[in-house]
Amino acid sequence: MQNLHPRDRFISNFSKFEAGLNGESKSPFHELRKKAISKFEELDFPTTKNEDWKYTNIAPILAHEFNPAAGAALTKKDIEPYLVPNLKVNLLVFINGKFRSSLSHIYKQRDGVVIESLAKMLKTNPELVLKYMGRYSGLDNGFAALNTAFADDGAVVYVPDDSTVDNYIHIMNLLGSAGENALAQPRNLIVAGRNSKLKIIESYHSISELENLTNVVNEVVLGENSDVEIYRLQHENMSSFQVNKTQAYQQKGSTYTHYSVTLGGSIVRNDTNTVLDAENCTGNLFGLYLTEGRQHVDNHTFIDHAKPHCQSNEMYKGVLDGKSRGVFNGKVFVRVDAQKTNAYQSNKAILLTSDAMIDTKPQLEIYADDVKCSHGAAIGQLDDEAVFYLRSRGIGEEHAKRVLIRAFANDIFETLTSDELHEHLNHLVFEKLK
Amino acid sequence: MSTEVSNVEELAIKDYKYGFQTDIEMDIVPKGLSEDTIRLISVKKGEPDWMLEWRLKAYRHWLTIAKENEPKWANISYPDVDFQDIIYYAAPKQKPELNSLNEVDPELLRTFEKLGISLQEQKRLTGVAVDAVFDSVSVTTTFKEELSKLGIIFCSMSEAIKEHPDLVRKYIGSVVPYTDNFYASLNSAVFTDGSFCYIPKGVRCPMELSTYFRINTIGTGQFERTLLIADDGGYVSYLEGCTAPMRDENQLHAAVVELVALDNATIKYSTVQNWYPGDSEGKGGIYNFVTKRGACRGVNSKITWTQVETGSAITWKYPSCILQGDNSVGEFYSVAVTNNRQQADTGTKMIHLGKNTRSTIVSKGISAGKSNNSYRGLVRVHKKADNARNFTQCDSLLIGDKCGAHTFPYIEVANESAKVEHEATTSKIGEDQLFYLRQRGIAMEDAINMIVNGYCKDVFRELPMEFAVEAQKLLSISLEGSVG
Repeated sequence: MQNLHPRDRFISNFSKFEAGLNGESKSPFHELRKKAISKFEELDFPTTKNEDWKYTNIAPILAHEFNPAAGAALTKKDIEPYLVPNLKVNLLVFINGKFRSSLSHIYKQRDGVVIESLAKMLKTNPELVLKYMGRYSGLDNGFAALNTAFADDGAVVYVPDDSTVDNYIHIMNLLGSAGENALAQPRNLIVAGRNSKLKIIESYHSISELENLTNVVNEVVLGENSDVEIYRLQHENMSSFQVNKTQAYQQKGSTYTHYSVTLGGSIVRNDTNTVLDAENCTGNLFGLYLTEGRQHVDNHTFIDHAKPHCQSNEMYKGVLDGKSRGVFNGKVFVRVDAQKTNAYQSNKAILLTSDAMIDTKPQLEIYADDVKCSHGAAIGQLDDEAVFYLRSRGIGEEHAKRVLIRAFANDIFETLTSDELHEHLNHLVFEKLK
Repeated sequence: MSTEVSNVEELAIKDYKYGFQTDIEMDIVPKGLSEDTIRLISVKKGEPDWMLEWRLKAYRHWLTIAKENEPKWANISYPDVDFQDIIYYAAPKQKPELNSLNEVDPELLRTFEKLGISLQEQKRLTGVAVDAVFDSVSVTTTFKEELSKLGIIFCSMSEAIKEHPDLVRKYIGSVVPYTDNFYASLNSAVFTDGSFCYIPKGVRCPMELSTYFRINTIGTGQFERTLLIADDGGYVSYLEGCTAPMRDENQLHAAVVELVALDNATIKYSTVQNWYPGDSEGKGGIYNFVTKRGACRGVNSKITWTQVETGSAITWKYPSCILQGDNSVGEFYSVAVTNNRQQADTGTKMIHLGKNTRSTIVSKGISAGKSNNSYRGLVRVHKKADNARNFTQCDSLLIGDKCGAHTFPYIEVANESAKVEHEATTSKIGEDQLFYLRQRGIAMEDAINMIVNGYCKDVFRELPMEFAVEAQKLLSISLEGSVG
């Protein structure tokens, strides 16, 4: 096994996976998986020769062998540290990619609201899954194809028209297994109907110190005038890997807000995309990454303005310490008919050491003329004068710098509506900067 | 040139005004590319052996990369170029070995006159020394004597290879090696002529040096090679202008320009490029695939690229600065205008290697008609480049709803003391600005011209006077008929 090409290793795992499916391998959903595995065979894993992966070499990930690990025995007490304190949530817990109902808790919802695991939905209501899954996230790179090929569990959230979900939904992913590198490939589907409202927390944590790999694909579908907020927290151990693709699709008048907070992980690659495919949509993408040691965090975003009268805001901030490396590639695409588009994008990064590195590529591709698009990127250090100001008031240098970094990072959280979440994220940032 | 261009009537000429072909007997090497073609070029030019060796090395390297075909990463599309279907050498038959302008073939002189760079006029009125490149062989060089008094060498590349082989050998390929890229390799193998300039220590070149390229013979690829060296404390301002006759086939232009600035030297390189862009259906026009790069080798050296790109069916070039010396400065000012079906993928690279290096990028893109205009730039700060500073401003203006404007800025920073800023905006011409001008009785087309000229002012300001005037006129010709 060890000598096999990484691609072939995964392909040979597929037949094992297929054999374990029993009767389900005849289902229409499995056709999607089969299509994906042959696409994966064709695409292989991306290399740095691929423009979208230019700055992220995934060879260190593929040097490891990963196994879909068995579930660990955890109690409700064990998962407490991963919860947002004092925040009432509908909790979905996934351990090594598999739904654990004994640890999850879902409040009673309005009629028609679905908050369920993908594994169960494939048995009880595969039509609903098939109606949406795989239609928004294409099989455009090796990781997305691989995820689709092995998709068997994840979260499915469906909110019917004119409805809402009480409280946040927290999709908690725990990964780790004693003695081997664990692999999880969660596949989440979030569908918000017309005039619906939905808030989701998506968090990733490690329960072992080994090199685990999470390869996630999220599909988010926003109906007319719906409002969806997603908070992604990546807080794994410092040797784990994550490849995350979150593809949103927006219908008329919808508002999509995505926050990405990356604190942990050895190599993290996020593709956060949205298509504004009708008038009057708003897309907001915010991100914060704090890195140290040899961490490598790559944020790719793609905002596709397909129709007129839409607006998008994007702000990503990074603080890089140690020998860490940050990548930001933000693409704003304005299609031919997307007149009256307003798109704003900004990326700011602070380098704290001479060994840290940042590569950024804010990219505009515009095919309509009546638009206002701008992007800004700035890379620098903490303002000497601000440090001096604090020091002249008797604050130590270390402390002064920390205060300034926190202030820099806090910008991203300013628009958060939940105090509990704000407090929690702030606390995590504080801990990370210690 | 300035007197010619300032003639108001010229503005009324809407089509490509340089579309005429000069009938002069040409000495042409048959179409096709092989080692024999290269040997023939070398022999015809009477080059020393080392030059031929270098060409052949480049050609062999090109063959190895040609297998993988041409680079395709730029945001442009065009049919494959058939490199066997190009004439690699075309020279006027009687190579004039002349001492004065009076001996030059009058037909040739008339061509230049039509271009608005009558050599005599130049000599008399403007004080600009011109090294006119007519297809592949440099015809005559003015002001050479005056310059040589100061020790400045300004001549054609083929002359320099013969007269100053040590200088050429030392610097050629040192900034753009023949292995650099597909078109640089090709150029190194088959280049026919170009300009060479050497500014000795402590000399400030008293006049603007200028060269005019013109592609004349059908199916000629223009592969010129320019090398500019400013020794310690030297200063030179160099102007390059380009025109080509109107013709249906696409013509390939793959030039290489190398600049070397040593300690405390300054080089200012300005280009106005108005090659034939093809007709409104995108038929014909020049493919302009150029490698331009400057090396700030010495401390406190400075290289400024200023370009106004209005022509060519496809423009694909990135004048770059390698900031090696401490405290060196790189600047890039660009206006790129595309109309009809033109495509431009242009920008710059600023590679910060030395300490306290600074760079400024100002890029103004204007797209009209069905054209596409991309800015692609790289700012790289190396680990050892302490206190590097970059400011980038790239704006795009869209005229009409069928065109595209794109920016692909790459920023790579590996030093914590670097300050890098990038700003980009894309918008259309402000309606309130247009309204303001219109209600004061200014015609739509004139109003757009005024606004666009204002928008480009940051760049035009950097151009030498003669060019600034021409650039503004070119802009209005390029945008002719873009108002729908």
